[in-house]
Amino acid sequence: MAANATPDRRSMEQVIANGLYLGAQYALVALGLTLIFALMNVLNFAHGQMYVLGGFITYWVYGRLGLPFVVALAASAVTLAAVGAAVEVLLFRTVIRRSVREESTMLLAAGIAYFLDAVILLLFGEKQRGVPKIVMGVFDWDNLIMPYDRILVGGLAVVFIVAFMLFMQYSRPGRAMRALAQDRVAAQLMGVQVDRYSMIGFALGALLAGVVGGLLAAITGVNSGIGGPISIKAFLMVMIGGAGVVGGAIAGGFVLGMLESVGLTVLHSYGDITYLVIFAGLMVFLSIRPQGLMGKPWG
Amino acid sequence: MGLGMQSSLRPGAVIGVAVYVAVLFVLVPWAIAASGRTDLYYTLTSVALLSIASAGVWLTFFIGRINIGQGAFSLAGGYVSAILVARAGLSFWLALPLAGLFCAAVSVLVGLPILRLRGVYFAMVTLVLTEVARLLALALPITNGAKGMVSLPLPGGVKLLGVTLIPDFATLATPNRAFYFLSVALMSLCFAAMYRLVHSRIGRLCRSLQQNEELASSIGVNIASLRVLAYSISSFFGGVGGAIFVAVSQSIYPSSFTVNDSVNFMLNCFLGGLGYVFGPMLGTLVLYFGWDLLFQTGRFQLLIFSSILIALMLALPNGLLSLRPFGWRRG
Repeated sequence: MAANATPDRRSMEQVIANGLYLGAQYALVALGLTLIFALMNVLNFAHGQMYVLGGFITYWVYGRLGLPFVVALAASAVTLAAVGAAVEVLLFRTVIRRSVREESTMLLAAGIAYFLDAVILLLFGEKQRGVPKIVMGVFDWDNLIMPYDRILVGGLAVVFIVAFMLFMQYSRPGRAMRALAQDRVAAQLMGVQVDRYSMIGFALGALLAGVVGGLLAAITGVNSGIGGPISIKAFLMVMIGGAGVVGGAIAGGFVLGMLESVGLTVLHSYGDITYLVIFAGLMVFLSIRPQGLMGKPWG
Repeated sequence: MGLGMQSSLRPGAVIGVAVYVAVLFVLVPWAIAASGRTDLYYTLTSVALLSIASAGVWLTFFIGRINIGQGAFSLAGGYVSAILVARAGLSFWLALPLAGLFCAAVSVLVGLPILRLRGVYFAMVTLVLTEVARLLALALPITNGAKGMVSLPLPGGVKLLGVTLIPDFATLATPNRAFYFLSVALMSLCFAAMYRLVHSRIGRLCRSLQQNEELASSIGVNIASLRVLAYSISSFFGGVGGAIFVAVSQSIYPSSFTVNDSVNFMLNCFLGGLGYVFGPMLGTLVLYFGWDLLFQTGRFQLLIFSSILIALMLALPNGLLSLRPFGWRRG
C-alpha cells in the first residue's frame, strides 16, 4: 500500500489525490479494527492477516477463476465475515469468560494472527500475486494523473465507508452495537443480546478488512508478508483518531493517507524516512493528546 | 521457589534455589557433555537471553502496562554494544552494562510521555516503538544500514592483579559453553533482582498501580516516577539481553529484533502467567523449545505451533503456572 505517484510529476493536486485515495483505503481498515475494539475491548492483532486473506480470495476468484470483480469482492466479504464470526464464537468468547485479566485476549489475537499467516502461506504460497486490471485507462488532466482503476477503487472505498456509517446509525443491529460500545452492561439490561451482537460486530469488522484486501489486490496485488505491516498501520490510524470511535477511525485513516502521500513527496530526497517522521510526530502528538483526535480519555 | 536472601526463607525456597542452581550449572552441562549435543548450548543461551528480555516485559505488566516494545530496546542494546565494541574498541564487559544503561536512559525519555497512556494505547505505542527502532537502525549512518554490522569480536578476557577473572572467549575451545554460563548466570541475577523488587516496598506500590492508579496517587504514591522506574528497569533488561545476543551471534541487523520478537516477548509472559515472577522464564522455555521441536514438521510448523498456542489459551487463559505445580504460591 505505498503511494505510487510518478516521481517526476508530483504536483500539489497529485499529492492530494494520492492522499485521498490512500486515506479511503486506510479508513476502511481502521474502521474494522476500531469496531472490534469498541465492542469487545479486543485489540485485533490478526486484522492485517484478515486483510491479506481477503486479498487472496479476490485474487483467486477474480484472477484465477475469472469471475467478475464484484463476485470476487463479495466472496472476500462473505468468507471474512464467516471467519470473524467463527473466531468470536469459538475463541474470544471462551477466553474472555475464563481469563482473569482481559489482556489475555491479546495473546489469543496474536495466536490467531500466526494461525492465519500459516494458513495463508500454505494455501496461497509466498509469491506476490497480482490480478488483471479491473478498468483500463488513465485519467490525465493538467497536473493530475490517476489510473481509472484507482479512482474506481477509491470511490468504492468511500461508498463502503458511507454504507457502514449509515448501517451503524440507522439499522437495528447498528443501534444495538453502538449501545454495546457505549456501555455493555446497560445495553444488556435494555435487552440487547450481547453474544449475538458481539458476533455480528466481529464479523463486520473482519468483513471490512476482507473488502479492503480485495479492493487493493486489484491495484497493488497481494502477498503473504504484508499482514503485520498493515496491522501496524491500522494501529497508527486508530491512535491518531482515537480508539473505539467511528469518526476517529475515518479521520485517522485520511490523516495517515495524507501524511504518507505528502511525506513521500517532501522527504523523498532524504531517503526512506517518511514513517520515521510520522512515528516521531505521533509520539509528540500523543504526549499532548493521549486519547487521539476524538477518543474518550483512557478509551 | 524464592531467591530472596531474607532471614525468613522458607525451607522449600532454599531447596528450590538449590535445585535450580544444580540443574542449570551442573546437570545441564553434564547432560550436554554426556550426550554430545553441544548445539543445545546455543539453544539454551537463546532461551536465557530471551527470558531476560521477557522479564522486562513482565515488569511492565506488573505496573499494569502491556509492553510490545521490548524488541526496540533489545535492538538498541545490541547496536550500542556492537558500536562500542567494534567502533570505539571498548571491552565487551564495559559495553554490556553501558548498553543496558543507554536503554534505561532512552526509556526514561520515551517513557515520560507514553507512560501516561494506558491499556491498548500504550500497547499500540510500544508496538510502534519497535518499528521506530528498526527504521532508525536503517536510517542512521553509524549502524551501517540494512547491511548490518558483522564479524564483531568475541568478548575479551578480564584480568585483575594478574588473575584471570574471565577468560578471553576467542581462546576458548567452546565459546558457546561460556556464553551459556554467562547468560544463565545473568538470567538468574535478573530474576533474583526481580523477585526482590516485586516483594519489596516498591513492588507493593507497583501492584497498587496495576489495580488503581488514581487511588494510589491519592494516598501519596508518586505514580509517575514509579512507572518510569519500572519501565527503565524493564528496558535495561531488554538492552542487556540484546547486547549478549549480539555477542553470541557476532552480528546485528535492523531485522535482528522485529515486531515479531516484541510480540513473542509478550507471549512468553502470557504463557508463563502474568501473576508469577518466574512465568516469563517458563514461558520462554516452552515457547522456544516448542517452536524448535516442531521444526521437523516442515511447512506445517507455524500452523501447528499457532494451533497449540490457541488451544493453550483456551484451556489455560491465565498461563501455565496457573496450574500451580508443586503447590507454588501465587507471586
